[in-house]
Amino acid sequence: MKIAVFCKSVPDTETKVRLKGDRLDTSGIKYILNPYDEFAVEEAVRMKEAKKAEEIVAISMGPARAQEALRNALAIGADRAVLVTDDALDGSDTLATAKVLVKVLEKEGGDFDLLLFGQRAIDGDTWQVPSQVAALLDLPQATCTVALEVEPGSKAVATRLVEGGEEIHELTLPAVITCSKGLNEPRYPSLPNIMKAKKKPLTTYSLGDLGIDASEVGKNGSRTEVLSYELPPARGGGKKVEGEPEEVVAELVKFLKEEIKVI
Amino acid sequence: MRFELTEEQNMVRDMVRRLVEEEIKPKAAEIDKRGEIFPEIYQKLAELGLFGVYIPEEYGGAGMDVVSYAIVVEELSRGCASTGILVSAHTSLVVDPIYKHGTEEQKKKFLVPLASGEKVGAHAMTEPGAGTDVASISTTAKKEGDKYILNGTKHFITNGKEAGIYLVFAKTDKEARHKGISAFIVEKGTPGFSIGKLEHKLGIRGSSTAELIFENCEVPAENLLGKEGQGFYIAMECYDGGRVGVAAQAIGIAQAAFEAALAFAQERAQFGQPIANFQAIQFKLADMATAIEAARLLNLKAAWLEQEGKLFYHHSAMSKLMASDVAMRVTREAIQIHGGYGFIEEYPVERHYRDAKITEIYEGTSEAQRLTIARNLLKGIGI
Repeated sequence: MKIAVFCKSVPDTETKVRLKGDRLDTSGIKYILNPYDEFAVEEAVRMKEAKKAEEIVAISMGPARAQEALRNALAIGADRAVLVTDDALDGSDTLATAKVLVKVLEKEGGDFDLLLFGQRAIDGDTWQVPSQVAALLDLPQATCTVALEVEPGSKAVATRLVEGGEEIHELTLPAVITCSKGLNEPRYPSLPNIMKAKKKPLTTYSLGDLGIDASEVGKNGSRTEVLSYELPPARGGGKKVEGEPEEVVAELVKFLKEEIKVI
Repeated sequence: MRFELTEEQNMVRDMVRRLVEEEIKPKAAEIDKRGEIFPEIYQKLAELGLFGVYIPEEYGGAGMDVVSYAIVVEELSRGCASTGILVSAHTSLVVDPIYKHGTEEQKKKFLVPLASGEKVGAHAMTEPGAGTDVASISTTAKKEGDKYILNGTKHFITNGKEAGIYLVFAKTDKEARHKGISAFIVEKGTPGFSIGKLEHKLGIRGSSTAELIFENCEVPAENLLGKEGQGFYIAMECYDGGRVGVAAQAIGIAQAAFEAALAFAQERAQFGQPIANFQAIQFKLADMATAIEAARLLNLKAAWLEQEGKLFYHHSAMSKLMASDVAMRVTREAIQIHGGYGFIEEYPVERHYRDAKITEIYEGTSEAQRLTIARNLLKGIGI
């Protein structure tokens, strides 16, 4: 099997989000491999260790720093990495991103058996790109997977958590799977593997290399645009209603009606 | 001048920090209390290649560099100072000298299991009557045929309980002072070698400190490291590198105390506001962060000089002197910021304070560092 694992470089989970005007202040931010993508990489590496997969290609679209996220994927055990980076990509929405990723898959031979994604990226938090890639390629998909069994050349059985139980999907390969917390416990990249990652190939493509016109991506090629960022309002103190039951109920109803206007 | 870590060094720092946050720091108080590092931690360190950071892969190491090693020890010590010294004493004082002075056979037999973390190493020089004055050790090694017979007692031996391989220093010439010392590789279980009492200590309680007893202990002659009489030189050389490790440990301890104090100062309210609003506390935090940064940069320089094969012992002495002093100051101030909470076990800073003290003592006392630095200066080195 040939597996593609999609990797995004995102701000560290500890990042204190600050604004500069109405844009994100990116100075001093430390970037990491999206934690959900780590589940995807780990799952692919386990399939390779179980001799179910021959090659794992880690793929990212992003600025040059996304190389670090890809190096991490290589240190966990991916075989090689591909980064699409181009100034014209700035401002691409999820659909524009999905189209670029589809082009990368074509460029890399198009013969992937399994496309693994994190279920969401912890920065944009749109959850959309994997499903858009599946739709563009007309592939079956299972999202938010917590258990995965793959029979190379045939099918994948994916378990998703739904309210009150589990949903089990059987998918014909090739298929798109998005990985959730609980699927596996990603390993720490060992020092020897960090050294090996340095020697593994990392190919960089520009839009030209993929035959994409700049008008198809970035702000121009996107149907949605981020207009501005706002920090959530600071959390206020709670309100405690005290007294006899009748008084409490009356006061609470008044509060819900008049102050927060939910009833 | 390039003032940043390489991509790999950053990856090592991130990985070890994560390991520490998830698996070591949450257990550090219990390690301190129980007086031992848990087996699953040894296993993790070994799996990740942390027992032979800068040893080539062909000898079981990770093939990285001394700067990465300093980063590893600092980050481990930030979570647990005992785990930091486990790796530091093992690497600098056992793995390093066998790598530098071992024969190919010795490297295959001893370095590979040590650098891969299959076995822990312990360095046995100190005796009840010989601390800083190394040349006065009284353990003897007498050659008989193809063996050496070791007799004597070592004490205060770090990793003494857990080690599988010991680097033991003994006099092959009783009359000579330092020129009579030789180094031997001794395996656990060798007849005539036993472990005596374990010390109860002020700090780094998770790190074992053992007495080693040699009674007509027969060591194969091929276990002599280097030549007869070379032991003192081998030891002094590895202490130079060991100072980078102990300085890194001290910096890690200081960093942990600083982080605890910074968080506490923002949470703790007095007189209706967080104490971090008070200038008295702000000045302390500023001084602590400044001192840590300076110590860290000096140590990274010492590590870099060592890696580049340049003269580094002057800088490693300065670094160890400074870092241990910074660790003492910062941990003391961290307690002061915590007030009464700093004095009780529920908060980590009392442990950091206890752990910091040893860094002024082992791997050469602060006084011995000053002597080394001054003698270098008077010889025209480091000016």
